[in-house]
Amino acid sequence: MTEFVKPSIEYFELWPLLVVFGVACLGVVVEAFLPRSVRYTTQVVLALGGLVLALVGVVLVAQDVQTYDDGAARGVLAVGGTIAVDGPSLFIWGLVLALAIAGVLLFAERHLDGGVSAFAGQAAAVPGTDAETASIAANREHTEVYPLMMFAVFGMMLFPAANDLLTMFVGLEILSLPLYLLSGLARRRRLLSQEAALKYFLLGAFSSGFFLYGAALLYGFAGSLDFASINEAVRNDVGNQALLLIGTGLLSVGLLFKVGAVPFQAWTPDVYQGAPTPVTAFMAAGTKVAAFGAIMRLFYVALGADRWSWQPMLWIIAVLSMFVGAALAITQTDIKRLLAYSSVAHTGFILTGVIGLQAADQLAVGEISSVQAVLFYLATYGFATIGAFAVVSLVRDGGGETTAIDRWAGLGKESPVVAAVFAFFLLAMAGIPLTSGFVGKLAVFSVALAAGAWPVVVAAVLASIVAAYLYVRVIKVMYFDAPVGDGPSVAYPSVLTATTIAVGAAITLVLGVLPGPVLDLAAVAGEFIR
Amino acid sequence: MILTVLILLPLVGALVTAFVPAALARLVGLGFAAATLVAGIVAATQYTVGGGMQLTETRTWIESLGVHYALGVDGLGLLMVLLTVVLVPIVLLAGWHESDAPGNNGAKSFFAWTLALEAMSLAVFTATDVLLFYVVFEATLIPAYFLIGGFGRAGRGRAATKFLIYQLAGGLIMLASVIGLYVVSADAGSPSFLISDLAAIDIDETTQRWLFVGFFVAFAIKAPMFPVHTWLADTTEKATTGTSVLLVCILDKIGTFGMLRFCLGLLPDASQWATPVVVVLALVSIIYGALVAIGQDDILRLIGLTSLSHFGFIVLGIFVFSSNGSTGAILYMVNHGIATALMFLVAGFLIHRTGTASIREMGGVEKAAPVLAGFFLVGGLAAAGLPGLSPFVSEMLVIIAAFDHHWLVGSVAVLAIVLAAFYALWMYQRTMTGPDRVGMAPVADLDRREVGILAPLLLALVLFGFYPMPLLDVINPFVHDSLASVGIGQEGGPQ
Repeated sequence: MTEFVKPSIEYFELWPLLVVFGVACLGVVVEAFLPRSVRYTTQVVLALGGLVLALVGVVLVAQDVQTYDDGAARGVLAVGGTIAVDGPSLFIWGLVLALAIAGVLLFAERHLDGGVSAFAGQAAAVPGTDAETASIAANREHTEVYPLMMFAVFGMMLFPAANDLLTMFVGLEILSLPLYLLSGLARRRRLLSQEAALKYFLLGAFSSGFFLYGAALLYGFAGSLDFASINEAVRNDVGNQALLLIGTGLLSVGLLFKVGAVPFQAWTPDVYQGAPTPVTAFMAAGTKVAAFGAIMRLFYVALGADRWSWQPMLWIIAVLSMFVGAALAITQTDIKRLLAYSSVAHTGFILTGVIGLQAADQLAVGEISSVQAVLFYLATYGFATIGAFAVVSLVRDGGGETTAIDRWAGLGKESPVVAAVFAFFLLAMAGIPLTSGFVGKLAVFSVALAAGAWPVVVAAVLASIVAAYLYVRVIKVMYFDAPVGDGPSVAYPSVLTATTIAVGAAITLVLGVLPGPVLDLAAVAGEFIR
Repeated sequence: MILTVLILLPLVGALVTAFVPAALARLVGLGFAAATLVAGIVAATQYTVGGGMQLTETRTWIESLGVHYALGVDGLGLLMVLLTVVLVPIVLLAGWHESDAPGNNGAKSFFAWTLALEAMSLAVFTATDVLLFYVVFEATLIPAYFLIGGFGRAGRGRAATKFLIYQLAGGLIMLASVIGLYVVSADAGSPSFLISDLAAIDIDETTQRWLFVGFFVAFAIKAPMFPVHTWLADTTEKATTGTSVLLVCILDKIGTFGMLRFCLGLLPDASQWATPVVVVLALVSIIYGALVAIGQDDILRLIGLTSLSHFGFIVLGIFVFSSNGSTGAILYMVNHGIATALMFLVAGFLIHRTGTASIREMGGVEKAAPVLAGFFLVGGLAAAGLPGLSPFVSEMLVIIAAFDHHWLVGSVAVLAIVLAAFYALWMYQRTMTGPDRVGMAPVADLDRREVGILAPLLLALVLFGFYPMPLLDVINPFVHDSLASVGIGQEGGPQ
């Protein structure tokens, strides 16, 4: 055993991470000591303040980072080499924080459901009992959701920045556990929500087990958990190849589960449907961003030299995800399940970008790189998704949200603005030009084709056609179908949800028309430090 | 700058029309369409007859992807621009009352979407950057979708969806080729989507063929050609005739426009490689479109399917690679636009009066409404290629070129003239002549507004039928450039 060395902590670079963690802990204390009447306001202000402060920190750190180890990448290895604060990390941090701010706004919405939030009055009360009735009558609501969310945000930031397998696992768990809990806290349709939480938890725990097992095997292969050493071991071809391959496969299971890639997608529709819509919005956008950051770091940094063993696997999973996601989405009758399967298809598209790995010296001057394409796609996808789910939370009838698609018929006449915005988000997901989704697709397909993965690109194009049908079908229902019964009604949101939707739509438009600045930012983010 | 103005005018018009009070919407919309027409004419006066791109503007748009906001017109682009700016005001006038009728989505929406469609179409015809072209090419679909789905007969929502899915499928297949061009240009040094940069790259044969397939499939769906034409008749049947004019006379031209600009311009070797298949598909479209048209009972389906036959002619003219063929094809694009617009609009006025589009249920219109019948007859004869009306010139040129290419191709194509005369005259006979239908009130003749809408089209048909020189002057330099890029001299026939 080597002697324990106390790691130095780079407080400046880790500021965004520490602020979020600190605010999360503070939120727990607030729950314990402040009276119920002021908790809501305190928690919302605390969460928003913390996120903004962290975002400012990201900008400051991004301006300050220096070239690492004379390479092309910029950044620092913090806390004894366990956390990599480099360009891609900072980009993802910024993105996660921006999405989290939108998430807090959605969480705090109280206008839609008669003055209470979308969360259960008392989660511990069994559905259908007197205790539940009493909690509803007392207009209670859980304000623990804010600290829970902040812990999830902390996990989402740690996960992609982790520079060894153990830290990555810790990040994975910190991000997952609060989300399991949040999924079960819906105020309406509580059984569905609790079922979703349990499914998510069981499957998630299972996949974490796979991840951990994979990490152990890779340790057996390389004798180390940190990515640089694993990379070194792969490069020098020392150690047991079987351990490497099985370990890579098991780690992939854990990561691909989080992004909802086929064949690990089974949880997505149930969880997306059952979770309270604000949670779905935040989780769908944030988890995908964080997990793809982690996927890229693991595959590019630790296993980059072993590309030929994992690339075929990702080819197949990308193609499967696109087709299964798009095809199953078509058969859905519930808008949240439809968006869930559409997110599976998007996972496939993003993976198309991930497999386009090319070393910097293989790129022409000014040619787009894989990391750049994937980061950009994540930005486009994140904002379109959070906006789309925010719109879903507006369309309601007597029993809460109306998520059955055929009940959305006539929305185009009933509420032209809401229908138009939702149609716009759908068109963005379909990748129609002049929306962000198109530029994202263009970017990931370009890098894949440049890397010679033309079969995947052809498959992606064909899958896009299938996916286009599914989005167009929803638009047709909204605009051209006759309303069923009374038709849906749209609840007027407070400024919180309205802001989220407006900002989401604006970003979706701007990234479609003038994507230059964000593409450049993703280019500046550059490569991972090794 | 004039081209940017040309695109911005209708775009701004669409936004303004969407937000002014409903009572003003039509006037404002028409005002913007008229202003665009003026801008189009101004652009035409600034154009000097000759080869190459003119009125060009180039700005970097997305640097990291090599995308430019680059505009310019050559002879082909200019004619398409003029066709667009002329037809749009006519369509708006024709939809003046119809779009406000109960069951339709309201004049405001019709005018706004039409102007949006005009802006995107003009951008398509002037784009000189492949990605800019692709972006606006796809962007035309959204206004078109809402025009089909919001106005017309029952079942239009389904038709709109079918239209959109077909077009998106084509567009996405093309996207693969567009990205392929990006990779080719990146491999050649620096990534760029400018047509001028791409044309300078020597793309190897295999790559060219793959890229060609992607582009051609998209343009064949757009044009449309057999066997990817099935959206056409459904769409023209359900949509209003104004929308059909926009779709068939303007939007579908993007298909053949794209074949000339991209297939021939950027992928000449592959275009020659594909000629046998394309020529056969074109012939099938010509004959099949005409035969199926004969059997239709719905006037609007019938007119839609005649276009399948006409687009077959255009594609045939393009892919026989001779000066006659290309000139004929481009001339055909203009003439078909005018003649088919006339047919659709007259048919629209007729259906408005009879309340049915079924040929079987009509008859004897000639006696009650001679003016309407007269326009209908001229439109039909133009479609059938009667000498003295402009489509004749283009059809002749294409048929001559077809015979030059191979006698068999020519003889098949010439059959279509017989078939066209048959469907046009038989349709006229069944609807306009004969006894009145029992229980149907006499059809009122065209009023002054309607005559005013149709008269310019009729005049153009006659004018260009006798004096096509102005059009040919604009077309010839383009044809010369285009054939040179495929490696064929002006005299026609492969070297």
